[in-house]
This record gives sequence, structure tokens and C-alpha cells, in this order.
Amino acid sequence: MDVFATALPALGDAWGLILQPIVLGYLVLGVVMGLAVGVFPGLGGIAGLSLLLPFMFGMDPILGLALMIGMVAVVPTSDTFASVLMGIPGSSASQATVLDGFPMAKKGEAARALSAAFASSLFGGLVGATFLTMFILVARPIVLAFGLPEMLMITILGLSMVAILAGRIPLKGVAAAGLGLMIGTIGEADAGGSLRMATYDIPYLTDGLKLVIVGLGIFAVPEIVSLLRQDRSIAQGASLGAGWLDGVRDWAANIWLSVRCSIIGVVVGVIPGLGGSVVDWIAYGHSVQTTKDKSNFGKGEVRGVIGPESSNNAKEGGGLVPTLLFGIPGSGSMAIFIGAVALLGSGDIEVGPSMLKDNLDITYSIVWLLALANVVGTILCIAASGGIAKLTTIRFTYLAPFLFMLISFAAFQSGQNFEDLLALFAIGLIGIFLRRFDWSRPAFLIGFVLSNPVEKFTNQAFQIASFRFRKSFGEGMEYVFSPIVIVLIVITVASVILGIRQAKMIMAEGEVQSGSKRAPLVFLLVIMAYLVVALVNANMIPDYNMTDKIIPLVVGCVALFCCVVLLIQMMRRPEGDAIFADKEIAGEDANAPHGLWSTLAWFAGLIAATWVVGFILALIGFLVAFFRIRAGSSWAMTLILTACGIGFMCIMAGALNRDFPPGLLQGMVDLPWPLK
Amino acid sequence: MTISNFTRRAVVGLIAAAGIAAPAAAEVDFSGKTIEWVIPFSETGGSAKWANFFAPLLSEALPGQPTVVVKFMPGAGSTKGANWFQEQKHDDGTLLFGTSGSTQFPYLLSDPRVRYEYNDWIPVMASGTGGVAYLNAEDGAKFDGSANALKDTNFIYGSQGATRLDLVPLLAWQMLGMNVEPVFGIKGRGDGRLMFERGEANIDYQTSSGYLGGSAPLVEAGQAVPMMTWGALDADGNIVRDPTFPDIPTFKEVCEATDGCETSGPAWDAWKAFFVAGFPVQKLAFVPGDTPQEIVDAYTAAFQAVTERADFAEISSKRVGKYPVFVGDGSKAALQTATNVDDSAKQYVLDWLKEAYGVELN
Repeated sequence: MDVFATALPALGDAWGLILQPIVLGYLVLGVVMGLAVGVFPGLGGIAGLSLLLPFMFGMDPILGLALMIGMVAVVPTSDTFASVLMGIPGSSASQATVLDGFPMAKKGEAARALSAAFASSLFGGLVGATFLTMFILVARPIVLAFGLPEMLMITILGLSMVAILAGRIPLKGVAAAGLGLMIGTIGEADAGGSLRMATYDIPYLTDGLKLVIVGLGIFAVPEIVSLLRQDRSIAQGASLGAGWLDGVRDWAANIWLSVRCSIIGVVVGVIPGLGGSVVDWIAYGHSVQTTKDKSNFGKGEVRGVIGPESSNNAKEGGGLVPTLLFGIPGSGSMAIFIGAVALLGSGDIEVGPSMLKDNLDITYSIVWLLALANVVGTILCIAASGGIAKLTTIRFTYLAPFLFMLISFAAFQSGQNFEDLLALFAIGLIGIFLRRFDWSRPAFLIGFVLSNPVEKFTNQAFQIASFRFRKSFGEGMEYVFSPIVIVLIVITVASVILGIRQAKMIMAEGEVQSGSKRAPLVFLLVIMAYLVVALVNANMIPDYNMTDKIIPLVVGCVALFCCVVLLIQMMRRPEGDAIFADKEIAGEDANAPHGLWSTLAWFAGLIAATWVVGFILALIGFLVAFFRIRAGSSWAMTLILTACGIGFMCIMAGALNRDFPPGLLQGMVDLPWPLK
Repeated sequence: MTISNFTRRAVVGLIAAAGIAAPAAAEVDFSGKTIEWVIPFSETGGSAKWANFFAPLLSEALPGQPTVVVKFMPGAGSTKGANWFQEQKHDDGTLLFGTSGSTQFPYLLSDPRVRYEYNDWIPVMASGTGGVAYLNAEDGAKFDGSANALKDTNFIYGSQGATRLDLVPLLAWQMLGMNVEPVFGIKGRGDGRLMFERGEANIDYQTSSGYLGGSAPLVEAGQAVPMMTWGALDADGNIVRDPTFPDIPTFKEVCEATDGCETSGPAWDAWKAFFVAGFPVQKLAFVPGDTPQEIVDAYTAAFQAVTERADFAEISSKRVGKYPVFVGDGSKAALQTATNVDDSAKQYVLDWLKEAYGVELN
């Protein structure tokens, strides 16, 4: 009861601090700014917080916290718009939402998907805050119980979700995940600094590929290109079916799923070092496993939206534990948050172990400001969702150029290199072919996201375990097989077994017809060629840097083995077998009025023009040409739309103090912003 | 801060950032301009914290009170941003560039990615930090001011990489004859401390602010024992006790007390050279090399004014640590000490990195 004796007054103080009109005013201001910034996929929280930083110095702590938390809290909410409406995963928190959210939008149920997502987000946020209020007092020893072997096991649990998302041919899913893992190892190794599939002559590659680019390339580019080829609206027949009330009803009908996924979100969010990368996949996997009729997943099952969305806002709450108690940020925006807290007031609030002792009231204020910001943000989003859902009824040819503009800008922001655009295009091509030949794109993405954690935790846990084993066998066993590890192993094994049994029913790419052997075979051979090159490359790393080569070697061999088995199967099976799935044989893509390459050429043209004259000039040319030629608009319409696009881009980038990719022209002539 | 003030600054910031700047005046006057302070790291690191602390103070102190925005250009361990800055020419004096030990070390070690030259740039401000090494309670009990009783213990240390700032602690422990096995690949010193708290690592070091915020409570709770600081430099370049931790002995003292560790010779010279580049002169702010003198003077005067603020000691100790900030000629001298390592010290470190960790930088 001692705990409650200190906690309850602090909780009371916290509410006293929060419930002042000026604090709430700042919170709402932060929420509105966060929603405005959140339209940029993959940028939101960090860009917004950086914008606020100059004002934090010496600011009244509670006001500064309200402003910052208001902004951070709504990013996982507002990026749901992009992932549901356009199939663009804004952050790692909304990747799983794309799987069922976007198909719902295609069915004309965008408003329903959005409001179900927002209701789940709101609920998840509140469950998270309630749970944290109690848990934060006892969290420290529990967090410390999660050592490297435990983190490795959670990462592997996340990876085991590949089993459920592997698609009709499990081997293809495993190979796709392996390819994702291998692409994730590109660059300088964390441990020994060896280069993998990179050279110092191309500095861009040494840093590896960014998640934003891979997420956009794998999910957004193929969908945009496909819809553009079909020249229709996102919602089939341009009509909207179920409205926002249905979404809220869906959520209410699945409230227990929402509760369970919220708890998953908080608990995984609490563990430092994992961040949000696995949470939504684990929640999605859980949603699939607990649904009786699995046939709709990947085609627009509302439970596939409710699960991940319940978990990702709860995760933000959970992520406060390592941030506040240990001073270890769970995400990029949390890292800026820590830096900003030090600037507040007289600098007394020091994020770290003393937060509970000296600043429990501030700690509680942060937890509940986060929950409150969720409420405000969600209500605004639900109110807007019916109107914004109408976007899905617009002829896609009018949306696509703006989407190319947005994803190019988002990709560039991740690294501020022209190469970011090239990487987006290259990964986009991989995404297009994975989609065409029915290789699981979620499996690829899970592999990529977890590549770094798998490698890091494996190496570190192995090193420390061997250190313990040298001391004594008992101590080593105790370290490696802790009770938490054993429980996680059981869950993982169960989820893999269940997953393999269920995978055949879940078709993330919908029904895909099969056709002739040639195209799928060529794609398989290209993947095998990459794997072989990557394996040879990894093998060239000297043996004393074993930490840098072991994971690429093992993963590469497994993936290559799967590919070889697939190759043998392809040679023996007849044409038309499920293994030869190809979207260009029949269905929407095959019947599209526009070809793949001519459509892709528009995007390539934008990138090439950017290389020459810089982004904004290239964009003007691209928008004018696109609306005039591809969309066949009148000159007036073309110019109005182009002006809107350029104006929007400049206002947002200007407000966020961001640059555009420069081209050769900018290297020769000095131009004023935004042309520079 | 009042709301109206906040709004005004927000509006000014937005307008200025949108590039609608007032025409430049003849003498040094930054009215209506936006100073871009480019940091070659991400928004999340210590250098971002450092620049964000100084930016608003600098804005108040510069003539014309320009908006100072911090921009981030991460990549290739900060060498990308530094290579970019090398190409920049003086324009209207609105470009500042910040580096840290992570930019200095690749330069000192002739990393192949380095295409920048510190001597081409003009430093306007330099600041430093300190570092504290500590042990877990069990092994800490064996520490008696010398490392003699620690030589038979196996230590595990969570490290960001042998060519980073971690070079300084790793080389120090090696010189003391201690057997420290680094676990590479952690992302920041906070992760290293967490590994220590979980009992997976049994030795750790933190920079001063990290130690005060996260590790000092462990010492109070009896879970950790401070071993040594790296020390601080006095005016003559001698290593003395760190003013933030006057009660903790320096590595120099521990080394003198430990059998087989010498505070002279190539190992010591190499350690000291990299210590100086990594800690007392950890962070530097530069303007491009062809910047006219009056603009350099304006920045020097502005940073001088910042450090002379009545509340500077108080606000800076909490946010960036209680260490001297060098401006003007002081920052030039600091740059000299931080970037001049003689060839034998450099070769010693390169040989040691290759032998101990198999790291080759060419």
C-alpha cells in the first residue's frame, strides 16, 4: 500500500496540472499541428518536434509537454489516413494496417475502415494509459528482466509471423522474408563495421536502406502504379458503402480483440530496444489466429485493422517507460522529446531513474496528456474521416501525380540524398514484381524490419552467453533459458504451427491466376542471382569479423535453399499450377488500359528530371505534362492542379524547414528557395 | 514565455523559413535572416541536444537577432555532412556547421570516407565534456585506486565500436592490463548502461551528463562503483581532476598506481591524443574557410556574450555539463589540440585496432 500512498497524491497533482484551460489549449494546438504535419508519410513526429524545439527553451514545463505530447501522440493516428486511403504505410506503426485497411478502401468502405481504426486507436491509448499508471511504479525490475536472449526471442516471435503471412506457397513466403533480411543487411555492419553489398565509393549504401523507403517502395509504389494503370478510382465503382458509424460498431463488436491487442502493444512497447517494429505484426498475427473465418484477411477484414491499430497507440504509452525511467528513447521522436525536456523550464526535469522519485507528478502528467491527446486527435480524425474518405472516389489519375510527389518527398527526407529517390524506385520495382508473382510483400517487409534486431541480438546474446558458459555451464544455461525465454519459445512454436496451417487461407494479394512458366521463372532466377552475389560478398568478410558475416551467410543459405526447391518444383509442375501465379495473366492488372512500363516511365521521368533541374522545377514539368497528356485535362485545370500541388509542397516544406532534392542545375547556378 | 511571444516567434520562424527574407544590410546585421546550423547527425543524438541548447541563445546574441535553425544531415557516421561542408563557400554568413568527436576520430584515423580538412575551416566555438568509468558492486569492491586486483577478472562492456569514442575507454582498460571484452553494435551509451544494469555487462562508462542522469543513482543505490574519470585539461594541457567529479581519481592517477601502466611513452601519448580529441574538445562550431573576418568576429562576439550571460553557468551545467566553452582564439587553440595527433600516436592506435579487434581502416 506504500506505493499507492505516493502514487495517488501524485496522480491528483498531475490532473491538477493538466486540467487548466491554458494547458488544454496548448495540447489542442499540438494535436492540430501534429495532424497537419502527419499528412507527410514517414516524417510526422520528428519533423514536427524539431520545429517546436526552438520554443522549448525555458518554457513552462507543463505547457511545453502539452504542446510536444499533443504533436507526438497523433502521428500514429493521423498516418492511418495514408495507409488506409492510399496504401501508403506512413511509419512502422501503420504497416500492418495497410494489409486490410487499403483493400477496404478499394471496396468503398474507407470511412468504415478509418473510423474502426480510430476507435481502436483511441481505446488502445486509454487502455495503455490506465495500465501504465499502475505499471510504471513497478516497471523497472520487470524491464530489466528483459535481457538480450529475451529480446532475441521477441524478435523471432515477430519473425514467426511470416508463417501466417507467407501466402499460398509457404516456401515463397520464407524466401521473401529471407530476401528482406538480406536487403536489411546491406551497408556497414553494426558490430565490426564490415561492408556488405556496399562500398565506400557509394557512401549512400554504407548506411543501409531506410525503413521509410522500403515501406513506401514495397507497399505504396506497386499499388499506385497498379491503380494508375487501371485508370479508375480507389473505391471500386467510385461509390462509398459503409459509413463511419459502421466502423465504430465494428470496433464495439470486437472490443475484446481490441483489449488484447492493446495489452500486447503496451507490453512490447515497454521493452527498450525493440521499438514499434514488431508490435503491429504480432497484433496482426494475433487477430488472424483468433478469427474463426480467416478467408477475408488481406481482402478487407475489419479485424485486421482493429488489431494493429489498437496496439500501436497503446505502444506509444508503453514506450514512455524506457524513455522516462531509463532515459533510453524507444523511437526517433522520443529521442527528440528527451532532448526537449532538458530544455524546459529551468532544466530540472531530468529524464531517467529520478523521474519516479522526484517528478512523479510530471511523469503521470505525461502519461495522461498522451491519453488525452489521443482522445482529442481521434475525435478530430473520426469527424474528418467521412469527408476525407471521398478522396477514394476521385479518378485515380488525378491523385497519382500528387502521391508520386508525396512519396518522393518523404523518401528524400529520410536521408536527404538524391539516391533516396533511386532507392525508392529500385525497391518499388522489387515491390511491383513481388506483387505480380504473388510473393508475400508483408513477409519481405517483416524480414527487412527485423533484419537489424535479429543480427544485433543474436551476436550480442551469443557473445554474452559464451562468456557466461566459460564461467560455468549452469550460469550459461540460466542466462539463455530464463523462464521468459521458455515462455516465448512456446508461444513462437505454437504460432508457427498454427500459422503454417492457416497460411493457405490468407491471401495478402487476393486471388491470383496462374499462367505460363517463363515470367515467374525469370523472377526467381533474378532473386537467386542476387542471393548468390550477396552470399559470395558476405563470405569475403575476413573470419575475425565473424559477427558481421554469420547472419548474412546463414539467412542467405536458407533463402537460397528455398529458391532452389522452388526452382525444382517449377521445373516439374505443369503450367497453370499455383506456383506460377502471375497478375499479368488475368484480373485487374492484365485488363488495365495502360501498360506497366509506360506508367512507371512517368515516375522514372520525375526522378530523372529531378536529377537535372531539381525537385520543384521537375515537379512543375511532371505535373503539367501528366495532367495534360495522361489525364487529358484542359489547360486551365492542369495549371490549377499544378499550382495547388506546388503550393502545398512549398508551404509544408517551408513551415517544416525542409529542403528539396537539388539537381545538376542547382550545382551550377545559385537559385532562391524553393528552387535551390 | 507568454503565448503572444511564442506566437510571434513562431510566425517569424515560419516566414523566415519560407525564404521571405529582408534585404541584407551593409555591415554585419542578420536582421530577418535565418542562420542554418547544420549538424551531421540525426535529430536524436547528443550533438542535436548541444546545438538546440545554443541556438536560441545565439539568436539573441547575434546582431539583428536572426532566427537560428538547427538542420540535420546524418549519414556515414557524420562524414557525409562534413564532406558536404568542405564544399561550402561563404555566402552571407548564415551557415554554421557543428562537429563532434565522431567527426574528429575518422579524420584522425584517416578513414577512407574522410574528404574534409579541419584546417580549411574557421572555428568559432568549442566545448567539451568528461567521462566516468564504473564497475559493478562485486568487482568494484576489489578496486583500491589501482587496477592491480582487477587483472584476473573478465569484463564485458557494451560498445558502439572500437573506432568511435569507445576507443578511449577500451585503450585505457587495456593499458591497465584489464581483460575487457567489448560487445559491439549497441546504439548509444544509454543502451550500454542498460546492459550494465541488467547484469549482462559488468563495466561501463558514460559521458558526464549521462553519468549524472543515469549512473550516479546506481552508485547511490550501491549497484555501481565509480572507477575513474578521463580527467580534464588545465591551461597548460596537463590532465587534472574533472571539475564535475573532483572526488573521483583520473585515469592518469589510476594508471600511475597500477603495475605495468605508464604515463609516458607511445601508448600514453596515443591515449592522451585521442582523449583530447574526444572529450575536452568534443564539439566544435565552424564557419566556411573563406568567411570574411567581420562575420567571424560577429560570431565570436555572440558566443562570447552567450558564455558571459549571468545565468550561463546555471543553465549550461544542467543541459550540456559544467565544462569550459572556448570562443575565438580559444576555439582555434582547441581545434589545434583536438586535430593534431602525431604520426607515431596515430600509428600506435591503428596497429592496436588491427591487433585487438581486426579493424582495418583502408
